[in-house]
Amino acid sequence: MRIDAKGMYYRQLNQLVKEAVAQGEKEIVLDNINGQRYIGDGVRGDVRIVINGTPGNDMAAYMDGPELIVNANGQDAPANTMNDGKIVIHGSAGDTVGYAMRGGKVFVRNNVGYRVGIHMKEYQDKVPAIVVGGKAGDFFGEYMAGGILMLLGLDLPEGQEMVGNYCGTGMHGGVMYVRGEVPEYKLGKEVKVVEMTEVDDAKVKELVEEFCSYFGYDPAEVLAEKFYKLIPFNKRPYGNLYCTY
Amino acid sequence: MLLREGEIRIPSGCAISGIMNKKGQVFSGEDIIKSIALMHDRSNGLGGGFAAYGIYPEYAEHYAFHMFYDDVTAKEDVEHFFHLNFVVDGSDRVPTRKVKGIGSGPEVWRYFVKPKEEKLSELELSEDDFVARLVFEINDTIPGAFVVSSGKNMGAFKAVGYPEDVGEYYKLEEYKAYIWTAHGRFPTNTPGWWGGAHPFTLLDWSIVHNGEISSYGANKRYLEMFGYKLALQTDTEAITYCFDLLLRQHKVPLEVAVTALAAPFWSDIARMPEDQREAVTAIRNLYGPLLLNGPFSIILGSRKGMMALNDRVKLRSLVAATKGDFLYVSSEESGIREICPDPDTVWAPKGGEPVIGLLEGEETL
Repeated sequence: MRIDAKGMYYRQLNQLVKEAVAQGEKEIVLDNINGQRYIGDGVRGDVRIVINGTPGNDMAAYMDGPELIVNANGQDAPANTMNDGKIVIHGSAGDTVGYAMRGGKVFVRNNVGYRVGIHMKEYQDKVPAIVVGGKAGDFFGEYMAGGILMLLGLDLPEGQEMVGNYCGTGMHGGVMYVRGEVPEYKLGKEVKVVEMTEVDDAKVKELVEEFCSYFGYDPAEVLAEKFYKLIPFNKRPYGNLYCTY
Repeated sequence: MLLREGEIRIPSGCAISGIMNKKGQVFSGEDIIKSIALMHDRSNGLGGGFAAYGIYPEYAEHYAFHMFYDDVTAKEDVEHFFHLNFVVDGSDRVPTRKVKGIGSGPEVWRYFVKPKEEKLSELELSEDDFVARLVFEINDTIPGAFVVSSGKNMGAFKAVGYPEDVGEYYKLEEYKAYIWTAHGRFPTNTPGWWGGAHPFTLLDWSIVHNGEISSYGANKRYLEMFGYKLALQTDTEAITYCFDLLLRQHKVPLEVAVTALAAPFWSDIARMPEDQREAVTAIRNLYGPLLLNGPFSIILGSRKGMMALNDRVKLRSLVAATKGDFLYVSSEESGIREICPDPDTVWAPKGGEPVIGLLEGEETL
């Protein structure tokens, strides 16, 4: 089904979406989206939602299963505490993408803003992943507790840096894969660079192939560059901060 | 009685938006209202406002005072004060219409004035210094009176309410400006009061601000040494005076002002090439007390252009775009696309990296 969202307030729009999902709709196309917040929030089940236009903040918060295709840039905090499902953004996204995300996948073709993957976590088989095609702002993976963050740095103009400062500050779980070297000074105090293992190579290949399948890149070319693996020094970086003895 | 700014603390979000035409071509307030209205949910109805540049071409060389009056006495006192100090060439009630979302507020008047020559020579002050001094004096000494704006060929329009209602209240569709900025308020520390809505202004400067400055005390003490009176205990007022001090009084280049207010971290400075490192270190040493700490995204307006700036770790959102001669900045990309669906470029500025829009032929704000 299609919904023309031109000038529609977010409450009405999201109500329509939820009603359609409840009625078993499998594909919903939202046209003329601009700034409506909370699209896909708390929506469960097996449905594909195509968003034509710029969705508002907190898209897919607590989403549990659906697939969201965004044919524009995203704004701030998509996939906030998302539990399962997939988001494919054919453009850039704002700050705090995947805030406290705990399952599912996010693919962003271009760039992302500050604090992406902040407080991401994982538990047993719930391992969220965010793959960013371009560059990321400061505090990438801040306080990250689990999951996978991947940064590809594709198509960046000469001299553009792939990752901002304070990468992985406060990180205490999960893993980052960066396609290229991150200068030492950009790393948070809690992060170290380690060698890739075969398990890492397989994981990177799987996510890169999926990324390329959405955005038309050649996986072999993307994988030809060296990937660096970033993990935290330990699981409780601040364990002794307030109670040393 | 409603407590004013500074008399109460309420432990918030906001929306900002700005549009300018680099060639100085004027356009109505309809677009800026649409842009800020789209971000309705960032505000809570306790404040909205606009700054507009180029709206009074018939009085382009006069200082345009927009005034709030709580009562008739305040108006009489201010008018008496104006006639002592200024040649008043025009005055009228600022046109408003009844709007459901705007409750009763102060009387809003405007005056087009020029400082009396004998006052300037008596006090040996420049016109701007003289006018700034009188703005402080009115806010400080005349009860029930508040200067909303005092620049040339510009004006601020603000009230308690949602910004789109404020725009309708002041009939902004009837004004034409080459720069419009707007603010939707979600007050956190102070009550919603008409004077406390953004923009905050002094002379040509206007600031709309989303955020909260935790260095307010340090900034205030420094500004007071240069004669600024911070009447409202509001951080945005302090930011306005920081720019006035740096750009108008100390005449530092815009980049220096930005470096002072959103200074790079010492660890970043240590990696700079030697020349730059020395310069930035000197700026931080000299203007340390002006460093704005805490989250902010602001738009500074002046008659020469506008500038948007984030705090150095980007704790508030900010998006910029261009289309032909137009520059747009907004808290959200959708706030731009609502009025410019197909911009030439869209980008998210880094923390501490200013987006500068200058009118053609101008070299600084």
